[in-house]
Amino acid sequence: MPTIKTQTLTHVYSMGTPFESVALENVNIEIAQGEFVGLIGHTGSGKSTFVQHLNGLLLPTSGRVFLDGTDLNSSKKLRHEMRFKVGLVFQYPEYQLFEDTVYKDISFGPRNMKLSKSEIDERVREAAGFVGVSEALFDKSPLEISGGQKRRVAIAGVIAMRPSVLVLDEPTAGLDPEGCESILKNISNYRTATGATIILVSHSMEDIARIAKRLIVFEGGHIVIDGSPEEVFSQADRLKSIGLDVPIATDLATRLRELNIDVPECCYTVPQLRDAILSLKKEGTRC
Amino acid sequence: MKPIIQVKDVVFRYDGEENLPPVLNGTTLDIIEGSFVVILGHNGSGKSTLAKHFNGILTPDEGCILVDGMDTRDEARLLDIRRTVGMVFQNPDNQMVASVVEDDVAFAPENLGFPPDEIRTRVDEALKLVDMYDYRLHSPHLLSGGQKQRVAIAGVIAMRPRCIVLDEPTAMLDPAGRHEVIGTIKRLCRENGITIVLITHHMNEAIDADRVFVMSNGKIVSEGTPREVFSNVEALKAEGLTVPDTAELLYELKLGGFKFPEGTLSLEETAQAIAAALK
Repeated sequence: MPTIKTQTLTHVYSMGTPFESVALENVNIEIAQGEFVGLIGHTGSGKSTFVQHLNGLLLPTSGRVFLDGTDLNSSKKLRHEMRFKVGLVFQYPEYQLFEDTVYKDISFGPRNMKLSKSEIDERVREAAGFVGVSEALFDKSPLEISGGQKRRVAIAGVIAMRPSVLVLDEPTAGLDPEGCESILKNISNYRTATGATIILVSHSMEDIARIAKRLIVFEGGHIVIDGSPEEVFSQADRLKSIGLDVPIATDLATRLRELNIDVPECCYTVPQLRDAILSLKKEGTRC
Repeated sequence: MKPIIQVKDVVFRYDGEENLPPVLNGTTLDIIEGSFVVILGHNGSGKSTLAKHFNGILTPDEGCILVDGMDTRDEARLLDIRRTVGMVFQNPDNQMVASVVEDDVAFAPENLGFPPDEIRTRVDEALKLVDMYDYRLHSPHLLSGGQKQRVAIAGVIAMRPRCIVLDEPTAMLDPAGRHEVIGTIKRLCRENGITIVLITHHMNEAIDADRVFVMSNGKIVSEGTPREVFSNVEALKAEGLTVPDTAELLYELKLGGFKFPEGTLSLEETAQAIAAALK
């Protein structure tokens, strides 16, 4: 049974007004437990609208959303429970920090789950550990810490609910390369440790290429491509025509093939390209 | 080749941070008029703080910043300084003040008291320069991120500044939006002679710069052409940065025994150099 399933999911904003717009149209998708999915699409393609249906923040105009086989919208109580199972981290999550202390902010989710004090404490420490927030920060105000630390605290606040599905909208936006690397590693580690399903919305083709195993491409409210990074990035022209791009390594591989250098089709990261070129060199020196 | 902005030994701390090391700790650099300059640095290196000094939003505690010879601490000259150097920030939504695109672009000229004809001319010219003239009667909030940033750039251009500073203008944009914005600013530099100072984490955006400065802990730790700066891969990684993907690949291949001409950096140069090395 898929963890997430949508059936002819459609969402229309401002219906009946002059600003009416169809953000999603007949979206059918299935995502299995433990998958690492990247969602890409130009601004306005429907990705953010889509992810907000996964924990009931938005309701479908028509169609259905199922979590573990149950229709998310069959009851208000169920929708409420879903918010703890599907954790949603918005872009620039540090804007959602509000408590007096880092500890209290991270504990907000678990506190609303009717857990015991000791369970809440365990969750806070575990979540902080996952994202590299040191316990020395627990008593500080979230407003006092650096931007990168704020980002981590916000993500910890969602992970503390131990969601089985973690959705992150541009978690690396505005971070420097070291910060990006570290956040992506934390997300991978969370998935490995808990078996959670990860859905990563991103505009960075390079980030997505590095860690996602399946890419879903949105365009104009529809899913237009759904496949492995190899399958998706091999359609460079198509992606570019819909406002997206391919990783630089892919463009480089294409150019090399035009220059009669035989690098395989499926290179979309620098390490893959490096390995392909190094093995071509070895073959060259053998003859 | 005159500098339009001169930064001399600047030291700066934010209020309430007297006990901490200064955010700018002896920063010195010159921005040459008409050039395309990129400033890189890890988060917390001081680059955004430095950017805000370029048009007097912040002023130094020690040292000085001269904009076309005007000291940014001279309040009497602030208006002239801000007409010379305009700023574009990261979040397009935070920079829109009007409900119609052309009204937003007119904001600065209106506040500078220009006559209506002059405002009309400047607004049209600015929108055409960023290729948003067809959207002049649209509502800003219905535009895409890339379009909004271009309108924000137009709003600055309407003041006919000689320099535009952009602080991570593409951080919130999709690839198409990024291309539009970077393409626009490169064109403004090449064709209209406007000095561009771009602060970014996207190393690939720095490849075509005339000069690159690397900041760390409030100081400039490296400067030069992109080719010079990005050839020091180890040093940049030690600063928590990285290099454009092409430079990364060439570096890794060099570790595997390849040799390439110095200064290979663009996609085309890299492809040609690798092809030559394999033949």
